[in-house]
Amino acid sequence: MIEIKNIRKNFGDHQVLKGVSSVFDDGKCNLIIGKSGSGKTVTLKCMVGLYSPDEGDIEYDGRSITQMSFNDRKDIRREIGMLFQGTALFDSLSVEENVRFPLDMFTNMTEAEKVDRVNFCLNRVNLVNTNKKYPGELSGGMKKRVGIARAIVLNPKYLFCDEPNSGLDPKTAIVIDHLIRELTQEYKMTTIINTHDMNSVMGIGDKVVFLHEGLKYWEGTKEEIMEITDGELFDFIFASDFLKDLRRNARVS
Amino acid sequence: MRNIFTGFGNYLILIRGTFARPEKAQMYWKEMFRQMHDIGIGSLSIIAIIATFIGAVTAVQFSYQLRSFSLVPMWWMGSIVRKSMILELAPTISALLLAGKVGSNIASELGSMRISEQIDAYEIMGVNTQGYLVGPKIMASLVVIPMLIILAVFLGIGGGMMAGILGKFFTPSEYIRGLQDNFAGYDVVVMLIKSFLFAFIISSISCYKGYTVSGGALEIGRASTQAVVISSIVIIVVNFITAFILL
Ligand SMILES: Nc1ncnc2c1ncn2[C@@H]1O[C@H](COP(=O)(O)OP(=O)(O)OP(=O)(O)O)[C@@H](O)[C@H]1O
Ligand SMILES: [Mg+2]
Repeated sequence: MIEIKNIRKNFGDHQVLKGVSSVFDDGKCNLIIGKSGSGKTVTLKCMVGLYSPDEGDIEYDGRSITQMSFNDRKDIRREIGMLFQGTALFDSLSVEENVRFPLDMFTNMTEAEKVDRVNFCLNRVNLVNTNKKYPGELSGGMKKRVGIARAIVLNPKYLFCDEPNSGLDPKTAIVIDHLIRELTQEYKMTTIINTHDMNSVMGIGDKVVFLHEGLKYWEGTKEEIMEITDGELFDFIFASDFLKDLRRNARVS
Repeated sequence: MRNIFTGFGNYLILIRGTFARPEKAQMYWKEMFRQMHDIGIGSLSIIAIIATFIGAVTAVQFSYQLRSFSLVPMWWMGSIVRKSMILELAPTISALLLAGKVGSNIASELGSMRISEQIDAYEIMGVNTQGYLVGPKIMASLVVIPMLIILAVFLGIGGGMMAGILGKFFTPSEYIRGLQDNFAGYDVVVMLIKSFLFAFIISSISCYKGYTVSGGALEIGRASTQAVVISSIVIIVVNFITAFILL
């Protein structure tokens, strides 16, 4: 479980987060949604400690990372897996070496155990016969999957995914979403996903937080979100007039 | 002016950060050998070509100038080429060359890792990125660049000999006599001190410039240009200061 308490973050004069609080449970897919520029990535980066919030607190199962020493924070990081918006795969390493890197750096596994674990994770994300390829030779969807494999290789307790399915075709996007949900349930991870894809919301949104202009505008489940009838969130969900009409007609009938 | 001071402060902080205890020494060694290979093998041919020709040109020019004074014996040429290669030409010219090649390489590698969030990805895993990404590059430079400079000395002397013989300025035995004449071990010490200083300057400045890139891809190019310009200037100034102090 991760709890964020009233986090604020400014870049110069620009107030990006104006006090956001929420609780994210384990074994669930927690979605942060919002328009482009609403502060989703900044929230995620504050949570993992890449940015330090100007105010507020972040607790990982009761352990506050803002008050933590540098070394304790490093220990928590070993329990975190993260998929970046741009995947951030290591260019100079092959697929296999990318996934293997955390094992090399942080475990004392034998060579055979590492190879097994790497292959297990790559299988888990349905990537076969790509072990020796380099990130430059992969498609967008494949890169995302390598990113997920690398994020889960150390069995993290906390998984962060920044727009795991942006730039993917709808079918592949659903495959990735389901993969993340399966992994979350299987390993009881606390998973937090940034997205602006309504398909993801309806597919895997166990909990949804809607950010608007740096504030938490709404939170609830994917079932509750369908009850929304107006306001910013309504505009966000039913972005096109076509959908809005469809929705109104559905309510009338 | 204030920017220069804050920049220098941040530079010192980055360098200090590289001395943290490695998560796993083996991985740091591996990275260091990879960097040694990149820097060393990657720069070998250009250093070899340049050093040979610099030695050759030195021999030709001094021979041309000294020939008009019949008092000066031509076997001095060996000694002149040796001394100028060791004290000045090999370390300084190689360093300037490497500032261009290795410096821009390091800065753009780290810069693109920064922009594409690879550095953040290491950070999230719990890797000390200053230690792992900057440390091995500096260590590798400290090992490999002095070796390249020593090689440059030998090739420069060889180049001088070839040019002198081709131009019939002196015979091989005269040149070799000059090489052996009045050899000062201290010159080599000065050369080594300069080599280590230059290696540190090139690698640390370009690491700093690359590591602290922010913004977009355009900034990577800017950072690597700055890395080259700043390290070249610092090399020239430090070269002068060491000459002043040590000679
Ligand atoms: N490092 C930074 N320096 C200055 N401003 C920043 C920085 N990072 C983000 N911002 C600003 O914070 C705001 C929120 O950005 P953020 O990246 O969180 O948006 P987002 O919700 O993730 O959008 P998207 O869906 O496009 O990824 C933006 O206005 C952006 O300009
Ligand atoms: Mg974002």
